[in-house]
Order: sequence, then C-alpha cells, then structure tokens
Amino acid sequence: MDHLVTARSMFGLNMGVHIIFATLGVGIPLMILLAEILYYKTKDKDYELMAQRWTKGAAVLLGVAIPTGTIAGVQLALLWPGFMEIVGKVMALPFQIEIYAFFIEALFLSIYVYAADRISRKMRIISLILVAIGALASAVLITNVHAFEGTPAGFRILNGEIVSVDPWAAFFNPSFFVTSGHVAVSAYTTGGFVIASVAAFKMLRARKHNPREYKFHHKALMMGLVIGGIFSFVTALNGHESMQKVYEYQPEKLAAAEGLFETQDHAPLALGGFTDEKEQRVKYGIEFPWMLSFLSGNSFNTVITGLNDFPRDYWPPLFVHTLFNGMVIIGSILILVALVGVVWYKFLKKKSFPKIFMWAFVATGPLAIMGIEFGWIFACTGRQPWVIYRIMRTSEAVTTSANLHILFFLFLLVYIVLVAAVALVLVFYFRRNPLSKELAAQAD
Amino acid sequence: MGDSLLAITVIWGFIFIYAVMGTMDFGAGFWSMVYINRTKTNATDVANRYLSPTWEVTNVFIVAIVVALFSFFPRATFTLGTVLLIPGSIILLLLSIRSGFLVFSHYASSFKYRRALVYISGISGVLIPAFLIAVLPVSQGGFIDIIDGTQRLNLAKVFSSPHVYSFIGFAISSSLFLSSLLLADYSKSSDEMEAYAVYRRDALITGPLSLLMAIFIMITMQSEASWLYDKMMQFKPLLYGSVGLFVVAGIALLLPSQKGKGMPRLAVVSIILQYFLASYVYGRSHLPYVVYPNVTIENGFTHPDAFHSLFIVYIVGFAILFPGFFYFWRLFMKDNKEYSKKKPY
Ligand code: HDD
Ligand code: HEM
Ligand code: HEM
Repeated sequence: MDHLVTARSMFGLNMGVHIIFATLGVGIPLMILLAEILYYKTKDKDYELMAQRWTKGAAVLLGVAIPTGTIAGVQLALLWPGFMEIVGKVMALPFQIEIYAFFIEALFLSIYVYAADRISRKMRIISLILVAIGALASAVLITNVHAFEGTPAGFRILNGEIVSVDPWAAFFNPSFFVTSGHVAVSAYTTGGFVIASVAAFKMLRARKHNPREYKFHHKALMMGLVIGGIFSFVTALNGHESMQKVYEYQPEKLAAAEGLFETQDHAPLALGGFTDEKEQRVKYGIEFPWMLSFLSGNSFNTVITGLNDFPRDYWPPLFVHTLFNGMVIIGSILILVALVGVVWYKFLKKKSFPKIFMWAFVATGPLAIMGIEFGWIFACTGRQPWVIYRIMRTSEAVTTSANLHILFFLFLLVYIVLVAAVALVLVFYFRRNPLSKELAAQAD
Repeated sequence: MGDSLLAITVIWGFIFIYAVMGTMDFGAGFWSMVYINRTKTNATDVANRYLSPTWEVTNVFIVAIVVALFSFFPRATFTLGTVLLIPGSIILLLLSIRSGFLVFSHYASSFKYRRALVYISGISGVLIPAFLIAVLPVSQGGFIDIIDGTQRLNLAKVFSSPHVYSFIGFAISSSLFLSSLLLADYSKSSDEMEAYAVYRRDALITGPLSLLMAIFIMITMQSEASWLYDKMMQFKPLLYGSVGLFVVAGIALLLPSQKGKGMPRLAVVSIILQYFLASYVYGRSHLPYVVYPNVTIENGFTHPDAFHSLFIVYIVGFAILFPGFFYFWRLFMKDNKEYSKKKPY
C-alpha cells in the first residue's frame, strides 16, 4: 500500500471503530436518563432496573470508547501533522472546549456508576443529565472540526502564511449547526434503536415461557422505538438540510454522491446502482426525475453542477454514491419500522407483534450503526482529495515518517482483540446476571 | 509574564497533574494485580476501589495535554507528531489494551480467565509510563536526525541511550512508589489496616529506589544533555529542598501514630510537593526549548489572538468545572469509609 493510503486507512480504521462506541456513548445515556425519569414518575421498578442494566452495558462499552477516542485525538497529530498545524492555529477552540465536556462526562459518569447508592435519586438524575450533556457536547464539538474541514472559515492564506485568524468565526463555520445537529440526532436515533434491537431479541426468547420478562422487555422495546422513531425523523429532515449545505459548499461531493456528470437543471435523483465513469451515468439505479434539483435548492430549476465541470483531480471517489444511498435508505427504513411498531401497539392496540415485525425490530440497531458508518465514510471520503476543502490536500497533511504498515497491522490486531473482548464480556456479564435473577430480587 | 510563557506554564501544569495522577493510576493497577491472591488483606480491593472511579478522569488529562500542546504550540506539535509516530503509537496501543482490559476485568469478576485480564491490564499499565517518559529525553535533543529534509527519530540511538533507561527506571519506580504511598493513605483512612501495612511497606521499598533513579538521571544527563544539567544546577537550593521533602516523607512513614505506624497523609503531601519542586526545576531549566535545539516557546507559538480566546476558555472552563471536581473528590477520596462496605450500582 502506498504511504498516504496506509495513513488514511489507519485513521479511518480507528474512527470506524471509535464511532460505534462513541455514538452509543451519546445515545445510551439518553435512554438511561429517560428510564430514570420514567421510574421517578411512575414508580415502576422495571424502569429502575432498566437504568441499572443499561448502565452496566454502557460502562463496558466505555472501555473501548475512551481508548479509541484517545487514539483518535493523538493520532490526528501523529498522522496528519500538517493538518493539525493549521487546526492548532485556527480551529483549536472546539478541541479545547471538548476537554471540559470530557471532564463533565467522566466525573459524573463515575459518580453515577460508582456512587449511585450513596447519592439521592435527584442527584442521580442530575448526574445523568450532566453525563448526557457532556457526551452530546463532545460529539458536537469534535464534529465541528469535521465541519470546518468541509467549510473552512476564520482565516486566510497569504503567501503560504496563515493570516487574519478569527477563532470564533472558524468555530461558527457555515456547516457547524447542520453537521453537528445531524451527528447528535443520529446518535440518539442509534441509541434508541440499539435498545429496541436488544429488547426485541430478548422478547423472542422469552415469548412463551416467561411473561414477566417479556413484559419488561416490551417496555424497553417501546421506549426504544418511540425515541428512535422521533429522532430518525428529525435526522432525515436535518439530513435534507445537510444535503443543501453540501450543494452550496462542496458541489463536487454532491455530484459524486448522485453520480451526476453533466451540469443541468431539473436534475434527477439516482437511487441504488453504481456510478460508471466510462458511460457517465449511474447503472442499475432507479431515477426520480427532477428530484435532485428540488431537494438541493427547493426548486426544479436549480442548476446542479456535474462532475465534468470540475478538474478531474478534484473528483471524490465515485463509490461514495453507494455510501450515501446506504445511509438514506437506512434512514427511511428506520422511520418506517418505528412508525409501524408504534401504530400497531398504541393505536391498533394489538397485544403482540408478528414474528416478522420482531425480526425487523432486531435489525434496527445494526442498521442504525451501519447508517452512522456509511454517513461518516461518505462525508470524509467524499471530501477527498482535500483534508481542508480547497485549502489543504490530504497528501500535504500526511506525516513524513515511514513504516506505517507495521503500525497499521498492530492497530488492526488490537482492535480485533478489543472488539471481541467487549462482546464476550457483555455476553458473559449478562449471562451471569440474568434478568430473571434481578427481577426475583426486586420482588423480595 | 509573556503569552508564550503563560502557555507553557499551563501545559506544564497539565503534565504535572497527569504525572501524579497517571503514575498513581498505573501503579494502582499494578498493585491490584500483584495482590490478587491475597484475599485476606483486601489490598487488591483497595486498589480497585481507587481505580474504578478515577481512571477515566485521569485519562482525560492525556487528551488535555495533547490538545493544549497543539493549540498553543502548533509548530512544536508538527515536530513532535512527526518524530514520535512510533513511540506514540506504542503508547496508544498499550493504553487501549490497558483501559479496555481494566474495565473488562471489573465486569467479569467471576470469570475463570479474569486473572488473565488483570495481568494484561496490570502489565501494560506499568509499561505506559516507561514509554511516556521517553518523550522527555527525546525533547532534550540529540535523537532527531534530519534525513532528506524531514525529521526522523533515531530509534536505535534512543534504545541504546543510558539516559533514556534512567528515565524509564525512574518512571516505573516512581509509579510504584507514588501509588503505594497513596494507597497506604487511602487504606488507612478507610480502616483497612492489613492493606495499609502492605502498602506502607511497599512505599518504604520503592521510595529509596525512586530517589536512586532520580540520581541516575542526573548522572546520565551530565553527559547526554549537559545544557540542561548545567541549567538545573543553578537551582541547587530547590533541588536540595526537594530531597529534604523526600526525607520528611520517609520520616512521616516511620513515625508512630495512634493507629498503626506512620502518617501517610503527611507523606503524600510532602512527596507531591517534592515532585512539584523537582519538576519545576526541570521545566524551568528546559526553557525556552520545547524540543532542543530547534523548537522554542517563541518560534513554535500560536497566533496571539487565538491564544487569548483559548486562554479565556481555559479560565472559564475550569471555574465551571471546579465544583464538579470538588464533589468528585469528596465522594471518592474523602468519605470513602462508608463506601468501602458497599457495592457499585
Ligand atoms: C443513523 C445514522 C444516520 C442516518 C439514518 C442518516 N444519516 Fe446522514 N450522516 C450520518 C448519520 C446518519 C452521520 C454519521 O452522522 C454523518 C457523517 C458525517 C456527519 O457529519 O454526519 C452523516 C452525514 C450526512 C451528509 C454529509 C454531510 C457532509 O458531507 O458534510 C448528508 C448530506 C446526509 N448525512 C444526509 C442524510 C439524509 C438525507 C438522510 C435521510 C434519511 C440521512 N443523512 C440519514
Ligand atoms: C467518527 C467517525 C469518523 C469516521 C468513521 C471517519 C472516517 C474516515 C475515513 C474512512 C477517512 C479516510 C478517508 C479517505 O482517505 O478516503 C477519514 C479521514 C479523515 N478524517 Fe474522518 N472520520 C470520522 C470522523 C472524523 C472527524 C470528527 C474528524 C475531524 C476531527 C475527521 C477528520 C479526518 C481527517 C483529518 C482525515 C484524514 C485526511 C483525509 O483523508 O481527509 N474525521 N475519516
Ligand atoms: C476525529 C474525531 C474524534 C476525536 C479526535 C475524538 C476524541 C475522543 C477522545 C480523546 C475521547 C476520550 C475522552 C476521554 O479520555 O475521556 C473520546 C471519547 C468519546 N468520543 Fe470521540 N472523538 C472523535 C469523534 C467522535 C464523534 C464523531 C463522536 C460522536 C458522535 C464522539 C463522541 C465521543 C464520546 C461520546 C466519547 C465517550 C467518552 C468520553 O467522552 O469520555 N467522538 N473521543
């Protein structure tokens, strides 16, 4: 592998692992908080138990979230020293503020987990609110650095020197709100559906022989579906806005996402299929005429610039079309599944779900995580060849140190071990502390 | 004070806090491994009780140091980032194994291979300070070659340098020393007298060892980084003061008291002051260099406007956070007595 590709793979590998755990680190605390609040309101002990069990799960996940996040932060400086030099001069604020977000999260999560029985119930809820705020803030802030890479602001380059630095203008760069908002709501979507997913799976198991457990998981499932459903809808709305920002600020990314070669108005939206560079079109896809123009600029007359009007070496890789589609299709499926589930139970008042529904619920969690991965890889790979859009190429930012290959394989190995271990520990822990035992203890 | 001096002071402060908290953290992990079989003394329990709530907070300081470094001294980050790719990555790998397995071992308490998890995290934990501290001799100059216009770390030279090894020896011994001292205090204040006896004894062994290593560092520094040695010698009174505080700590551990022998709280305080003095002298003498001889706090400094915004954010941030730290400290460090009997949520 060539040096640059190795560096990119190394960073992408780490982020791809980190994001799973980081997203759950934003999403699950919200679910725990809601369970604690429901317990506070309804006095239904099941919710208290849910909060306890989810906290255990979240604490184990943190064992990977934190080291991979630390790696991300340090690796930025190790692999992309050129990039970090600019970030250090212009865009250091979000990193700085993020430290406080990390502190808040770390302090109050430890308090919640290790001192829960020594603090009042109110203090427990306050701690959880602070954990949720800390997690959300760390996600929003780090995403802001990513937003800055796509829509840089707050400085100029004059004769190769960085001048007129305005750190707050960089902080409030044009895509800050939309992009961070998208990451935040998609994390809540994921938190909700992952809970729903596990609950549905457990219900399938408990269905016949254990009505008490079945009821417990049913409550968790409904919580997950409602929260996941609401946030997936918001995610889609906000995703639409993200797309308009991409149209405005990174037009070649939009063209690549849609496999559009010729500049045109009334441009069609292509769903599915593969972009064929030779034939200059998307093959095997479905076309929705005029829709791309409409979605990008709220009017069918909106002119979309095609790839051919950009220099060839500005083109992002064309496979980003598939990643973008993957995310959008997953988003639509999630909204649909949540809607059907809630209507079936709440409005049609059916007591139980058909098996096929149950398996659809089981699928939502993994789908949401795939949506996160697709979205990020699309956003980061679609920005290529730039690390800072139209200002710094990725190849200019990369480290000059050699021997990345060995490190890449070492990291790969360690991640495999960590991910396998986290899965085993979760399975082991919940097998040793089954719900039945805790429900029985609760009854005493 | 100039802006760049203010900035390096903030970084120095973070490094100092991390040096203390981190060595305690890694050392506690090590002790919890060593005493895993001694169920009667509770020594492992005490170590875990300290570790569980604190490791995450401690870890944030690493991130804080890196962030402060690249936001205040982007030029220095460029050099350090380029040069430290390999050692930095080794640290990251060890850190991820250590943190991961530390958490896993807590949640797999009845698992038959739990012991393996504890050993993995304990051993990777003591290796981390050993690699981390190697950054210090590297920043003293002499290990960076310029090949084809790019900076490269001469790894062969690093791993054959006695100076680097004296730093490594110091890092390991002082991790064990600081952590056993802290755990001694911690177990005494939670009435775990058997554990106290064990950690007091460990502190008495590892303390003199750390002092010896510190002396080794000064000896090797004389030949390998004489510029720094000469400057440090200008602070002789402070260095003697630091040794004096070390002696005070030793006496505090030996003195009789009402309950058990020794006054660990006094020893902890004087050792932290001792490290403070010694690191002050080290840091002060290192100035103005961040990486000798190319990067100084002047030529590596960020944009002054950016610095001002950052500095305000620091002040506001820590003012907001302070009550949180205080609450945390009270819950886990001060009132740990009643906690010792209870299980986590
Ligand atoms: C559960 C996850 C999830 C779901 C269902 C969606 N997204 Fe998304 N999307 C993300 C998770 C995500 C993300 C992982 O959070 C990204 C990656 C980078 C970013 O800023 O957010 C993202 C980026 C992202 C971008 C790229 C922004 C950029 O490159 O700067 C666009 C245009 C959209 N999304 C649009 C959508 C649309 C129209 C959706 C319709 C349903 C959608 N997303 C659903
Ligand atoms: C957490 C989820 C993320 C994932 C899964 C992800 C994924 C990736 C991938 C796959 C690459 C390689 C792209 C390529 O070369 O084709 C990459 C590059 C990069 N990403 Fe992201 N990324 C994430 C978040 C971020 C964030 C939050 C930032 C900003 C701090 C960021 C900054 C970068 C940088 C600097 C590079 C290297 C240069 C480049 O290839 O442009 N990434 N990322
Ligand atoms: C380049 C991109 C990223 C970097 C550099 C980064 C950095 C970090 C670091 C250093 C930690 C450990 C904090 C600690 O020591 O306590 C961490 C954890 C975490 N990160 Fe990431 N992160 C990135 C992407 C993301 C994204 C995209 C999200 C959210 C969607 C996110 C959310 C979190 C969360 C929730 C944690 C959990 C633990 C904690 O905050 O203490 N991170 N990240």
